[in-house]
Amino acid sequence: MTDRVEGREKVTGQAKYAFEYPAEDVAYAAAVQASVGKGEVAAVDTEAALRLPGVLAVLFWENAPKLGEVSDGELALFQSPKVSYRGQFVAAVVGETLETAREAARLLHIEYTEETPDVRLRADHPGLYKPAKVNPVFPADTEQGEPEDAFRDSAVRVDVTYTTPAEHNNPMEPHTTLAQWNDDGTLTLYDSNQGASTVQATVAKLFGLDPAQVRVVSPHVGGGFGSKGTPRPNVVLAAMAARAVGRPVKFAVPRQQMFATTGYRTPTIQRLRLGADEDGRLNAIVHEVFEQTSTVREFAEQTATPTRVMYQAPHRRTSHRLVRLDVPSPSWMRAPGETPGMYALESAMDELAIAAGIDPIELRVRNDTDREPESGLPFSSRNLVACLREGADRFGWAGRDPAPGVRREGRKLIGTGVAASTYPAYMPPNKATARAEPDGTFTVRIAAADIGTGARTALTLIAAEALKADLDQVRVEIGDSSFPKASVAGGSGGTAGWGTAVVRACEALRGMLNGSVPPEGLEASADTAEEIRAREKYARHAFGAQFAEVEVDADTGEVRVRRMLGVFAAGRIINPKTARSQFIGGMTMGIGMALMEESVMDAEFGGYLNRDLAQYHVPACADVRDIDATWVEESDPHLNPMGSKGIGEIGLVGAAAAVGNAVHHATGVRVRDLPITPARLLDDF
Amino acid sequence: MDMPIYAEITLVVNGTGHRLSVDTRASLLDVLREDLGLTGSKKGCDHGQCGACTVLLDGRRANGCLALAVAHDGAEVVTVEGLAKDGRLSPLQEAFIEHDAFQCGYCTPGQLCSATGMLDEAEQGWPSAVTGDLGADTVLDDEEIRERMSGNLCRCGAYAGIVAAVRQAAQRREAAGT
Repeated sequence: MTDRVEGREKVTGQAKYAFEYPAEDVAYAAAVQASVGKGEVAAVDTEAALRLPGVLAVLFWENAPKLGEVSDGELALFQSPKVSYRGQFVAAVVGETLETAREAARLLHIEYTEETPDVRLRADHPGLYKPAKVNPVFPADTEQGEPEDAFRDSAVRVDVTYTTPAEHNNPMEPHTTLAQWNDDGTLTLYDSNQGASTVQATVAKLFGLDPAQVRVVSPHVGGGFGSKGTPRPNVVLAAMAARAVGRPVKFAVPRQQMFATTGYRTPTIQRLRLGADEDGRLNAIVHEVFEQTSTVREFAEQTATPTRVMYQAPHRRTSHRLVRLDVPSPSWMRAPGETPGMYALESAMDELAIAAGIDPIELRVRNDTDREPESGLPFSSRNLVACLREGADRFGWAGRDPAPGVRREGRKLIGTGVAASTYPAYMPPNKATARAEPDGTFTVRIAAADIGTGARTALTLIAAEALKADLDQVRVEIGDSSFPKASVAGGSGGTAGWGTAVVRACEALRGMLNGSVPPEGLEASADTAEEIRAREKYARHAFGAQFAEVEVDADTGEVRVRRMLGVFAAGRIINPKTARSQFIGGMTMGIGMALMEESVMDAEFGGYLNRDLAQYHVPACADVRDIDATWVEESDPHLNPMGSKGIGEIGLVGAAAAVGNAVHHATGVRVRDLPITPARLLDDF
Repeated sequence: MDMPIYAEITLVVNGTGHRLSVDTRASLLDVLREDLGLTGSKKGCDHGQCGACTVLLDGRRANGCLALAVAHDGAEVVTVEGLAKDGRLSPLQEAFIEHDAFQCGYCTPGQLCSATGMLDEAEQGWPSAVTGDLGADTVLDDEEIRERMSGNLCRCGAYAGIVAAVRQAAQRREAAGT
């Protein structure tokens, strides 16, 4: 139970985030967004803006420097007059002060040629296509057996369609960069990101630099949830603006602009067909997914992939179809794929349990499997059933009356629900160094990121254990691209990937130590690429079970989550204190997904309409009552030296289904379109 | 085109007086962060919707992003940097660490200033939307804490820890009779 090592800095306001580094003679940028849904910038009248005292530069496609090519088209800032979606950055202003930059941005007059944007996702869109792969490298479609026939011949069938809306990550710290070009032509970026090495490599390509000429500094990052896993236009804009005015420039994307320019989760339409025998044993699973991407960049969310992992069934088909719309580019948001996919699968499992007259926990137990159904690989460990059983005990599931809509306390209808969770145990290759200092302490360096995950603390524990040293003898330094190259904080692979490199560097250092440390210190390094290539083949996944109790106001349709419990099996838990926070944090986001989060596309003009925190609701303190997370002991020798699986995302996976299933149990109404708002619920009351 | 208009004001921040020339469009938050280098107060939304910028303004919690600096000439401001005294953390700051009441830390300064102001409000008997008996003494149970802390969003979802931390600080304060 170790406190966060940077806790004191964070509670005293001393932890510095990207916008907060002192820079001499700093200037401020403000960006202008396209006010049309599709078209071209026809003319930019800069006169009024440039006449404003304190305005240093206006940047747009005609005068912006030519950038190098990178795969993410969202980073080709001001490279053409084309407008691909409403809200795209089309110009920027640099001013002496924040106030001046903002005023000047308002004074820019931009004319457009306008076309009608195509922005509405639908399952019969003529532009739907099969992507070559889904994120990151999974096949778009898979099929085993004769799923259509098997479904048709099944004794118990569920054929339902769920939709999930676009959702925005909304980390509390906006996407921010302070860019500074140095006299020797190098570039220093104080940047809010989930991976300094990635930002370094991408920015070097964009600006024609050697990666060694770019330094990215990001020791503290105010959340990301995937949206800072890839570089965003803010880093390009700040670097471009700083070069244009010959001064350091700061730019933080205003909250309203984040909804168009910093990524979001695609909306999905998912048809689920489950066919089972009378005992609930699955015979056929068909999961068809329809989702959107932009015309700027293809992002194909891997929504049906958990369906390839969860349950036994001899006949199975999964598919993803994508349509390129005139919308901002969707991207990673916490557990991309698993989050919307498991919402649909685990809601459908609840419907199947009711159709078959079987307890929903028992249904999942009956369909458990010791081999990954599609690959046939053995699981390195799989404790889904243990999580369900443990959770049922702690939550008080026994004796639950399955009848929906029959428990009433005054105006409140009460119900409980359960859903399973899963997330892959990724382990990306990494490098790290470990140093023995002459004063008896150790310094471990890796370009990892702590976006609130507790990574710095977990890595300190891991290093101290590998070095057989006390915690206060070990200093772990992260968040700097000058440190050994590291993978992004993503895919819940940080602790496994970074941690293994840290262990190997520490082991190598111990091998070098023979009593005394020379005055210049001793340093060892590690690269885990080879070790990871040589791993045995196993299906490696974490599992979990989530339980929710809700009350629904029978008159207003308001839903409140009274209790929520998550039980997870994720290998060895490195630091119980921060791990519990990670799980609960994910579950809290799941309450938001279930009940409030929804980005509404303007069907006529394009662009997300509810682009601030007063209109895009995330859970507030009062929304989260009795919530807890725990885990079962899991020893898995096939993972990594720590024996750990990732825990950053699984807390969100299945959470919305547990709440939705509880709402159905409370009311008898099955809302299949998230979020479950009073309007949607009352519609069927 | 008009030049920006500047005004001379005085702010007492964390006990130190500052004579400042501020752009009349500048928010108190931006003056604290950009002019005074007190970057503990955070900008999450700049529209009074997230609470990351919460400071104590003349003893009451306020969103620094919604306060025009020029309108607060002579004000006393306490920011997160002013909560610890002589290097000693306040009971709330200690409780936040103990209960892991934060993850990324970006909302934390606002949560701490908000909780500091909230404990005073409760002690003075101010009711909230969930207070049943307006005549009775305020009892800071979990429901009251959650309600009163709902102006401060935390996307990491650290609310369970925040409520536990505030509850502990409230109980210790009551036990100490302060």
